[in-house]
Formats: sequence, C-alpha cells, structure tokens
Amino acid sequence: MSDTGSIATGPIATGSTITRAELVEAMIREVGLSRGDSARFLNDLLGVIEENVVAGQAVKLARFGNFSVRSKKERIGRNPKTGKEATITARRVVTFKASALLKEAVIRGNL
Amino acid sequence: MILTCLQGSPPVVRSELIATLSDQNPHLRPADVERLVDIVFDEISAALARGDRVELRGFGAFSVRKRAARTGRNPRTGKPVEVEAKAAPFFRAGKELRARVDKGETPKGK
Repeated sequence: MSDTGSIATGPIATGSTITRAELVEAMIREVGLSRGDSARFLNDLLGVIEENVVAGQAVKLARFGNFSVRSKKERIGRNPKTGKEATITARRVVTFKASALLKEAVIRGNL
Repeated sequence: MILTCLQGSPPVVRSELIATLSDQNPHLRPADVERLVDIVFDEISAALARGDRVELRGFGAFSVRKRAARTGRNPRTGKPVEVEAKAAPFFRAGKELRARVDKGETPKGK
C-alpha cells in the first residue's frame, strides 16, 4: 500500500493512513478496554472537541495543538480552473495549530 | 460586527476535556480516561512523525505537508538561493464538521 521514496510535494502523504480502527487498537492494547468501549470513547473524545468548536470555543491540547474557530470575511475569489471571479461568502472555519513539540517531531521524522 | 469576535470565552483545555469525558463515561476510572486521551493524541502525533496520514471520519484528517528542497531565486537580485525542505503537520476539517462550524449550531442531542 505504501510506496515511500522521493519526498512528495503537496498535501498527499506518501505513507499509510491511520484510521479510527488503529487508534482503537492502541487503546485496547494500552488500557485493556473492550473494542466497543474504546470505539465509543474515541467517538466521545472527538465529539467533545467538535461541540466546543461548533460553539465557537477554542480547544487547547498542550503538547498536541490548538483547535480554534476563525471568522472569514466575504472576499472575491477566482475559480482556478476557469479563471472566473466569484464571491466567497463570509464563513467560520476551524483551524488547527500544531504545538511546537508536534511540529518538531514532524520535521525530525520527515526530513 | 459580531462575526469578528467569536472567541470571548476562554479556551477549553485538556483537563476540562477529561472532566467532561469522565462524566460521559462513569464506567471508566478517571485515571484511565486521562490515559486514553493521551494515547489518542500520542498515536496521532507518532503517525504524523512517521509521515502517515490520520483520517477520522466525520471529524477531519491530519496529514504532513511536505516540500522538497529546491533552488529558489531572490526575486530582487535574481540570485539562486537554496530553499530547505519543509514538513509541517496539517489538519483539514471533515465535511460535516466544516458545515457545522460554519453554521455555528448549538450543541445537539449527544
């Protein structure tokens, strides 16, 4: 599945993809919860972050990073394919800012 | 304008996350709740450090954005400059989360 080789450019990673299943596996291994309980817990955890972010509330996780909500004003964009101008409506978006620790780990592991 | 200042209340931190999760999961020991939270974020971090992508359906995906080293040019002088390779963690919210954040719904059922 994974063919790592040259350094890719752009957002597409060259390695494999981790999903909920692998996180649940780690929870079973480390804490010994049942699969069902682990899956539910992971769901709850992501749910709590989601509910806060949806309510406009930032979530700060030391050593990992911060999720916050930003409001963007309406602006004129351009369809990169057709070159046509279009109005991009005002919107609220979630942003994630990785901690210095995580950034460093990613640089160390990937360069 | 209301839109420009949404983050009046202080951010939620890890300890509050653990408290909420402990309430939601009374069958788990608080110490285990704490360990589970750490395991999740440590696993995601480790995956990113390996260059793997982490996809969490409905929530979003964490990935590593990489840029190979290249020879750039100083736009003013035209002189070639070595630009170092870069790698940085990146998060993209999933469709549902993006839509919900944009609407700014109040918490639903569960």
